[in-house]
Amino acid sequence: MAAGVSNYDELLTSEGLPRHAALSECLSALSGEVLAERQRHAEEELLEKGITFAVYGHNDGHEKIWPFDVVPRPIPWDEWIMIEAGLRQRIRALNLFLDDVYGPGRILREGVVPASLVKTAKTYRRECEGFRPPGGVWTHVVGTDLVRHSDGTIYVLEDNLRCPSGVSYVLENREIMKRVLPEVFSGSTIASIEDYPERLLGALLKTAPAGCDRPTAVVLTPGMYNSAYFEHSFLAQQMGIELVTGPDLYVDGHDTVWMKTTQGPRRVDVIYRRIDDDFLDPEVFRPDSMLGVPGLMRAYRAGRVTLANAPGTGVADDKAVYQYVPAIIRYYLGEEAILKNVPTYLCSEPDQCRYVLENLDKLVVKPTNESGGYGILMGPTASVEERQRCAEQVRRDPRNYIAQPMLTLSTVPTVINGRLAPRHVDLRPFILYGDDVFVLPGGLTRVALREGSMIVNSSQGGGSKDTWVLLSETPFTRLQEQTAGGVSG
Amino acid sequence: MLCRVADSLFWMSRYLERAENQARFIDVTSDIALGYRGSEDVLWSSLLHAGGDVEYFQERYSRPTRGNVIDYLLFNRDNLNSVLSCLTAARENARSVRENLTTPMWEAVNRFYLRVRQAAGQSQQIITQPHPFLDQIKRSAHQVLGVTEATWSQGEAWQFSRLGYQLERADKTSRILDVKYFLLKPGAAGAGSELDVVQWASLLESTGALQMYRRVFGRIQPVNVVDFLVLNPDFPRSLRFCTRRVLESLRAISGNTSLEPVNRAERLAGEVLQELEATRAGDLLERGLHEFVDRYQTHLNEIGGAVSETFFRLTAFSGT
Repeated sequence: MAAGVSNYDELLTSEGLPRHAALSECLSALSGEVLAERQRHAEEELLEKGITFAVYGHNDGHEKIWPFDVVPRPIPWDEWIMIEAGLRQRIRALNLFLDDVYGPGRILREGVVPASLVKTAKTYRRECEGFRPPGGVWTHVVGTDLVRHSDGTIYVLEDNLRCPSGVSYVLENREIMKRVLPEVFSGSTIASIEDYPERLLGALLKTAPAGCDRPTAVVLTPGMYNSAYFEHSFLAQQMGIELVTGPDLYVDGHDTVWMKTTQGPRRVDVIYRRIDDDFLDPEVFRPDSMLGVPGLMRAYRAGRVTLANAPGTGVADDKAVYQYVPAIIRYYLGEEAILKNVPTYLCSEPDQCRYVLENLDKLVVKPTNESGGYGILMGPTASVEERQRCAEQVRRDPRNYIAQPMLTLSTVPTVINGRLAPRHVDLRPFILYGDDVFVLPGGLTRVALREGSMIVNSSQGGGSKDTWVLLSETPFTRLQEQTAGGVSG
Repeated sequence: MLCRVADSLFWMSRYLERAENQARFIDVTSDIALGYRGSEDVLWSSLLHAGGDVEYFQERYSRPTRGNVIDYLLFNRDNLNSVLSCLTAARENARSVRENLTTPMWEAVNRFYLRVRQAAGQSQQIITQPHPFLDQIKRSAHQVLGVTEATWSQGEAWQFSRLGYQLERADKTSRILDVKYFLLKPGAAGAGSELDVVQWASLLESTGALQMYRRVFGRIQPVNVVDFLVLNPDFPRSLRFCTRRVLESLRAISGNTSLEPVNRAERLAGEVLQELEATRAGDLLERGLHEFVDRYQTHLNEIGGAVSETFFRLTAFSGT
């Protein structure tokens, strides 16, 4: 698993030749010492700017900076076009799916996706049945996780349709990059990302309830001890709208949402909520929630306020429903999926479950409804006890688990102790859906800083990189690594 | 703007102002201590009196030595008014309303906090030689004020922030005046029969007023010192100046262009200002400076309470 023979590196071919000549040339002109110094400089900036995240269970002032690596991760333009088309297709299909599942339920009746699977998902919200959000837009903001396997193919690892975070790091990483390593920009033309807040605001305002002349949008945060608080505050600031907490809002007897201001109540039309469904409204979901707003779902169902993303979207990023996404795309759009899924075994299917239990040492087992890398078993590296514990959990609640072959994530050179060493990365592009689908070029590249590790989550020792969609350079020639074959363990 | 945000901006500014005053008081006291003839403990404990901290201090330290008092005022985490506590609170407030601040403002506050936190890690070194650090605190505080003036729109958010630091400033000037005057007034136990010019000058210096005082009055006279710190209309730390700014901010927040107050905070601030404008220093001393300051501080607290009730309390909406 360590940088093996078949590793795909995003900068170098298997023969050790640069895939992106201009970029590699700029990098090789910098000594290890200079790189390490720029690296320190970048981290000081992050600290001074207070670009931090909170780690739960960590006492030391709660906040950590998220390590940033100065070597960018390039994406060639022609490859990006394919990724972008694939993501657009996926988002359109998943929104049609949500509309259908909470509406007429055709796809379930026709058996394309088993109704039992959908209705048993923890994230399926009965409260949303029969409701259609403005414009049929359920997922205003999506962050889809992509990885490139050693076969050179890019796979969708998971669709994050609820409250995906990380876009603030995409924007801040670019700013830091321009300041600490301006020289590597020379010779490359990079797609700009700076208009994201403007586009996000556009998507929010366009999905305001019908009849709103000049809608007011806000960002709803659980508060400053949430791990993504920096991002909530950053996005509100960049869009120039209020950042509110649950207690700043209330719903009146006419199902209207108001915020409490020094000049009296002010009406709220669109809420970009960064609170999970469970905590949104204590009258409907968890009654002990202190973070939400009592009556919010009432206002939402009355069409008096837009929630972005809509409640209930989690059912479409359930890891078991994931397996059906290619079928979902075919069903609604009559197209084949452009982006590949990772082969997935559903433990809810007895045959597949048996295979999973017999091959735990070769598979990655994931709970269907967790995020942040929690609860995952990496079969090949797990201990015997860990595998046994996992097997028990799978037997007890098969619906809650899926398994996938272990992928070997591609690598990008990364500054480690003053020199460049390959480290595994993934990619999370961000997709906005207002009246049209917009894919932010690039996305968040997360990097596992430990040698050989494939765990890129910020809560578990990952860092991040700037992601460059290269608009102009010597045209990228698709390499032979790209084969049609499936995934080998 | 959101009630919660207004509340946080108000307190962010108050805590920053409090930290700066704390640094200035320590700085001046350190200066006087050099070559001081009386008891150093008395000198240092006057700072505890100014902050109303005596009892709290006694529970935690044996004697009000220089080292103990400086440690308490700069780095004690239990002391909610220590510089470290102030910066932690100011920064928490700033962080909770970061989207309302300009980026340079937030960065200035965050840097200020990081410097103080770093200094707390080497407190013994700093207590031995506090001047460079105290200078840094003052400079950092001025940097926040400067970048605020240079980058922030002077709308409602700015008014709440200004309201916070003007109330705090008025409070601190009045406290230090009260305590020092008690120690220095002719006939007081610790004071010599002769006018202690050095000490009086230090009182002015601890509010940053000495240079400006000289330009107005020249030589040092207790009645003129009181006049300057309480009644001067132009000096930015005099009670009258601060009170006028408080009233201006209150009126701007409610958009009041009439002569009549529209809420309790405005009415209180208006009354206090009127009194300050009609008073002469001589009369003030005759009636008793301490009584005057006591009453003034009660008024400030009432204004603070009225602001909170009128603008910050969320209960106003609970009936809906």
